Amino acid sequence: MNQTIELIVNGKQYRRTVEPRLLLCDFLRNELGLTGTHVGCEHGVCGACTVLLDREAVRSCLLFAVQANGREIATVEGLGEGPQQMHALQHGFWETHGLQCGYCTPGILMSLVPFLEENPNPTEEEIRDLLSGNICRCTGYQKIVESVQLGARLLRETSK
Amino acid sequence: MKPAAFDYHAPRTLEEALDLLAAYGEDAKPLAGGQSLVPTMNFRLAQPEVLVDLNSIEELFFMREGEGGLHCGAMTRQRTVERSAMAKQVAPLLYEAMPHIAHAQIRNRGTIGGSLAHADPAAELPAVAIALDASMYVRSVTDARWIAARDFYVGLFATAMEPGELLIEVAFPRPRPRSGWSFEEVARQHGNYAMCGAAAVVELSDRGVIERARLVFLSVGEGPVAADQAAAMLVGERPTATVLRAAAEEAATKEIDPVGDIHAGPAYRRHLARVIGERVLNSAAARAFEACPT
Repeated sequence: MNQTIELIVNGKQYRRTVEPRLLLCDFLRNELGLTGTHVGCEHGVCGACTVLLDREAVRSCLLFAVQANGREIATVEGLGEGPQQMHALQHGFWETHGLQCGYCTPGILMSLVPFLEENPNPTEEEIRDLLSGNICRCTGYQKIVESVQLGARLLRETSK
Repeated sequence: MKPAAFDYHAPRTLEEALDLLAAYGEDAKPLAGGQSLVPTMNFRLAQPEVLVDLNSIEELFFMREGEGGLHCGAMTRQRTVERSAMAKQVAPLLYEAMPHIAHAQIRNRGTIGGSLAHADPAAELPAVAIALDASMYVRSVTDARWIAARDFYVGLFATAMEPGELLIEVAFPRPRPRSGWSFEEVARQHGNYAMCGAAAVVELSDRGVIERARLVFLSVGEGPVAADQAAAMLVGERPTATVLRAAAEEAATKEIDPVGDIHAGPAYRRHLARVIGERVLNSAAARAFEACPT
């Protein structure tokens, strides 16, 4: 039986009627047109679909859209306004070549947002531990680690 | 759509959830954090007709210190335990094992009860629960009972819970005086399923001999494997490196039955069990000495 849900995504209220089996990632992409959330493995391993549910990073392929009823979701679309107004983290990735194909990037960025809020000045080891939840097949992670370090520094500077 | 169709219920009270589980019997699956169930549904390995989502049942989200040690409501998020100073103090072995469970993004959603009830042989929490002599409180519409962790696991992805029963709460006893604990595992990448892991608890008498020991493995059998012979060998001994190595050797040779996969064959898992078993016994014994009054 279809269910009507109401939720906030990137600060905007939405109301939709969906099948219970619709995954949150497919809901965001197909129902709301927010295709910044990428779908990789669809069983929680790759991290490409990571979004924030009430400010915590979660796999949107392991949640049903109905479970987000009444909750707040943040996706990569909510980070920067556009190419001219990138979020500090996105700037870090751009400046330091933290992506090649870019498929994994939205999930990595969304994992990083709460991580850096909790720990604004992480060690390289802590960054690598966090990144273990996101698979990148292009970069070998070195550039991603450097991007996170730069992004974290920019965030610290802007929050001063 | 990835999963097969199902009817979805999100009860707000435990009573409603138990009623639903009783009404739908084996057609219904409780949905906790969904970090194991939803992947299997996405593969259509699991096709429950009814999902009873426990995420709106506030009475299942709690963590408190009580008579049984650390009491966790079944829906306590793994991340909550990982961040809890109370958990660190009251159930330090549980706390130490927590970062080994998958990744932060999974632990944000994954629950204590969900992982314990799923009974994955590669999971950390069942081994920890047995090592700590934890107990599980389960309820159905008609019954309520406590089950010792050791009796809770009955086989591959199988627990002693009957259809209609739901895991409500878990009690992890606090460390006894003069005892130490340790958890370690080896995975190809941090956060992946471990190829082998072990939890140990060592308790000393006031004369410095081992009074009680627990050594429990994961990923080397159909469920968590308690190496009881090895633990029995230790009782009455002084925890020297030789004694601890011999116990790990006994456990790895005689008490586990590892199955190979593409990442690690049975021989390698046995090797890991010996090495990790020895390490956790050593660090548990060292902590037990630290806990002894001088």
